[in-house]
Amino acid sequence: MSRFDWLSEYLARLDDDHLIARHGDTRVLAPAHRLELDAEDWGPAGRIAAAMGLRHAGVWADPLGPDPMQRGAENGTEIEGPAIRVQACLEQGGDYLILHTLVPQTRPVLGSHTPAYPGVDRLERHAQDLTGVRFLRHPDERRWTRHQAWSADEHPLRQDFPIDGRREGRTPADVDYPFTRIQGSGVYEIPVGPVHAGIIEPGHFRFQAAGEDVLRLEERLGYVHRGIEKLAVGRDPQSLMRLAGRVSGDSTVAHAWAAAQAMERAAGCEPPPRATSLRAILAERERIANHLGDIGAICNDVGFAFAHVQCARLREQWQRRSAALFGHRLMMNTLVPGGVAQDLSETAFRELRLDHAALHKAIEPLFDIVDDHPSLDDRLIGTGILAHADARALGCTGYVGKASGLTFDVRRDSPYAPYDQVTVDSPEETAGDVAARVRVRMKEVRASLWMLDRLLDALPEGEIAAPFALPEEGAMGLGLIEGWRGEILCFVRFASEGRIARYFPRDPSWFTWPALERLIHGNIVPDFPVCNKSVNGSYAGVDL
Amino acid sequence: MFRILKQSFRTGVVTEAVPVHDDAELERLGIEVRRQIDARFGGSLAIRQVDAGSCNGCELEIHALNNPFYDVERFGIHFVASPRHADALLVTGPVSRHMETALRRTWRATPSPKFVIAAGICACDGGEIGVSYASCGAVENVIPVDIKIPGCPLTPLDLLTGLLGALASDDDKR
Repeated sequence: MSRFDWLSEYLARLDDDHLIARHGDTRVLAPAHRLELDAEDWGPAGRIAAAMGLRHAGVWADPLGPDPMQRGAENGTEIEGPAIRVQACLEQGGDYLILHTLVPQTRPVLGSHTPAYPGVDRLERHAQDLTGVRFLRHPDERRWTRHQAWSADEHPLRQDFPIDGRREGRTPADVDYPFTRIQGSGVYEIPVGPVHAGIIEPGHFRFQAAGEDVLRLEERLGYVHRGIEKLAVGRDPQSLMRLAGRVSGDSTVAHAWAAAQAMERAAGCEPPPRATSLRAILAERERIANHLGDIGAICNDVGFAFAHVQCARLREQWQRRSAALFGHRLMMNTLVPGGVAQDLSETAFRELRLDHAALHKAIEPLFDIVDDHPSLDDRLIGTGILAHADARALGCTGYVGKASGLTFDVRRDSPYAPYDQVTVDSPEETAGDVAARVRVRMKEVRASLWMLDRLLDALPEGEIAAPFALPEEGAMGLGLIEGWRGEILCFVRFASEGRIARYFPRDPSWFTWPALERLIHGNIVPDFPVCNKSVNGSYAGVDL
Repeated sequence: MFRILKQSFRTGVVTEAVPVHDDAELERLGIEVRRQIDARFGGSLAIRQVDAGSCNGCELEIHALNNPFYDVERFGIHFVASPRHADALLVTGPVSRHMETALRRTWRATPSPKFVIAAGICACDGGEIGVSYASCGAVENVIPVDIKIPGCPLTPLDLLTGLLGALASDDDKR
C-alpha cells in the first residue's frame, strides 16, 4: 500500500470507531505525516494500528511549559497550566506517521500501546519514569529507567526538576526490583551483572533455568542512565551534536547524523550534496567496522578464535585508516549541523579506493571459512532462533530483523540523501538463528563496501556544509537514519534562540533487547553469550 | 582446516610486521611498561575493566588492546574476569548514579595493593556528561584514583603511554 492508501485506510478505521483525528501541518515533522488525537483515543488508535499491521517505531513524551508558544499554534486542545505532549511513530512501507496528543501535567494519563505492541513496553516505562506520564492498562507497571537516583514522584525531564537533582549522598543499589520468578522442582536462578566478566557495558540479567535449559531470561537495564535527554535541554545545535555522538559510542556517526537531520529539517537547512555523500561514507565505514568486530566476536564465543583474530586485525586496519583520513578512530565529531567538519583530499580519495579494494580481497577467503566451517555450523545453526512473528511483533529492524525475514531498511525504503542516488541491497535471511545474523552481517559488509565505491565514484563537488540558520521557537524535526544496528529515530524540538528544548534519540536496541529475551528460550545457558553477541544491543543507547 | 592454515600462513604475524612509526613507538612503550610492572607487580598486571557509565567508545578501544596489532598480553598485561583476581581497576565513563554502589563494591572486592586507572575523558573529569542528577561525574568522586588517562575515547596507544607515565611517577614517590 502506498502512503495514501494506508493512511486513508487508517483514518477510515479510526472514524469507524468514532475516534477523532485532526491532521497536523505536514511540513512540521516531514517526511512523516501527523495526526493529532484526543487523549482518550490514544490507546484505541494504537490497537487499530496494530490490527492493520503497522510497525510501531517508538513513543516519547515531551513536557511543555505553560507557555502557549511551546505548544504550537495548531493545537486545538484547551489545557490550563503545564502540559505534556506524547508522540508515537508508526511506519509501513517506508512511510511514517506521527500520532500526537496533549495531556495536562497535573493528570497525565493515557491508554497504553503495549497490549497491542509488546516492543514499546520499555519505551512507555521510560517515558513514565522520566516525565510522569502514566500509561493505563500497561501490563507491566514496574519502573524501568528509574533505579534509586531519584524518587518515584520526581520526574527528571519536567521543567521544575533541577538538572543537579535533589538527592544528596550516595545512591543505593537497586536491590528490590521485583523480577518475575519461576517456581518448581529443580528450577534455579542465575543473577548476572551489572558488572560483567568481560570488557562490556553494565546491565543485569536474571536467568531462570532447569538443568542447562533457560526457562526465562529477564533483563534489567538502566545502569548507565546518564541523563542524556535532560543534558540536551538548553544546548545549542553544535553542542547537541557532540552529545548525540556519545549516545552510543559504536554508533557515533549514525546518532550524530540522526540529530543533524532532525535539526536540519526543523531549520529548513539543506546540507550540500558533497556533505551528504561524505556522511554516507562515514556511516558505511562505521557499519563495516562494527560488523567485522561482531563477526569475529561471535565466532570467538563458540571457541573459534581464528576468525576473531582475523576480524580484529581487519577492524584495526580499518580504524587506523579512519583516524588518518577523518581524524578519529571511531569518527567522532566528524559531523556538524548543516554538513561535515572535514573534506576529503585527493590523496585521501585515492587511499580510500585502495583501502576498499584491500578489505574486499581480505574478507573473501575469511568469510568463506566462516560461512562453511563444520565446528561453527554445529554451534551457530539453530541457536537462538527469533521467529519471524516475534521479530515483527517487537518491531525489530537492522540485522536482527533482516535475519528473521524483515528486510526493512531506511536507506532503501525511506531513502534520504545520498541513498536516493545509490542502490541499497537489504539482505534477507529467514532462519532467524545466530548463523543467519552472521550471514546478514557478512552480506552487509560486502554491500557496504560496494556502496562505498559507488559513493566515491559519484562524489559531488562543492561545499561541505551549508550555513545553519537557527530555527524559530517551537520548531520540531524528525531524523530517521539507518545505523549499523538498524533504524535510529531522533526527535528534536527547539526553544528560543536556537536552544534545544527536547532531544530524544531512539536506538534500535529498544526492540532488540526484548528480542534477546525471546530468542534465548529453549537454549542452554552456555549459549547465552553467543546469542547475546549476535544481537549486540546497546546498553548506553537505551539507558540514555 | 587447510583453508585456515593457509589463511593464517598468508596473514603472518602482524604484531611485528607493521613498520609504521606508531608501532615502533608502541614497542618501545610496551617494553618500558613491562619493566615497570615487573618491578612492582612481580611480572604481570591483572586488570579488571569496569564500565561505570561510558558510551561504549572506550570499551571498543580497550578491546583493541587485545587485537593482534597491540596484543598487550605479551607485555604481561592481562584482563581478568573478577575484581578478586585484579591488581588494577580500569574504570571508564562518568560514574552514573545507578552504578555508584556497584563500582564501590567492585573496588572493595579488589585486594590490596591495588590501583585505579580512570580511562577516558569522562572518567577523568566527567567529560561531555559532567555531574548531574544521573551522573557523579569523574571516577575520583566515587573511589580514589591513581592514574588518569584522558581521550575521547582514549586510543590503545594512549592507554599504554598513560600506564607507563603513571607507573614511573609512582616509582618516584616510593
